[in-house]
Amino acid sequence: MGPMGMDPMELDVGSLEELSVVLAEDERVREWLPRCAVAINDRVVSDRDMKLEDGDRVTLLPPVCGG
Amino acid sequence: MELHDGPLDVREIFGRWLDEESGNNYGAYIPFVGIIREEDGIEALSFDIYEPLLAKWFDEWQKRAREMGAKVRMAHSIGDVPVHTSSYVSAVFSPRRRVALELIEEFVEDFKANAPIWKYDVVGGERIYASERSTPMDGAGLLARDSE
Repeated sequence: MGPMGMDPMELDVGSLEELSVVLAEDERVREWLPRCAVAINDRVVSDRDMKLEDGDRVTLLPPVCGG
Repeated sequence: MELHDGPLDVREIFGRWLDEESGNNYGAYIPFVGIIREEDGIEALSFDIYEPLLAKWFDEWQKRAREMGAKVRMAHSIGDVPVHTSSYVSAVFSPRRRVALELIEEFVEDFKANAPIWKYDVVGGERIYASERSTPMDGAGLLARDSE
């Protein structure tokens, strides 16, 4: 989202753990990860063991500053 | 919660909220106005918003306010907002002032830390992510690999 400025990607992964392995290989994303929160289907999550189902939408949320 | 393209019409919003809440017997209405300051040569700030998540964040706050007999309201800008104009207003309505005074502080602070909104400086027509002033949301780093 926001300043990352990337188009959505479709990936075949079964969990956030697997996703983190894939994203670690992507240099456009890698440097953002330590500062990004994560939402699945518009809900912020805090457990990397979470399973992903077909069609789930994972969103990376970089540091925020409203107002 | 309402989102507007460009700067907020603060008078219109606060006047409308006052009218809309006038029948609800609130004893206190505490507004907050965020104004874009001129600094570091910026012409404007610009904002991206992740609306579904902002709506959820706001609904949680509304639930909390309601438990205290109070109500929160907010408006925020999307896109460019020139210096000396407003990009964010919020308010708490409550039967008595104490609750409203406390809630407005917590609400505005949590807004800064956790509302899914991204800010950019606009300098020379260019949009530059305000990285230094931005705060990682609660739970940030979930997908970072520790070994790297």
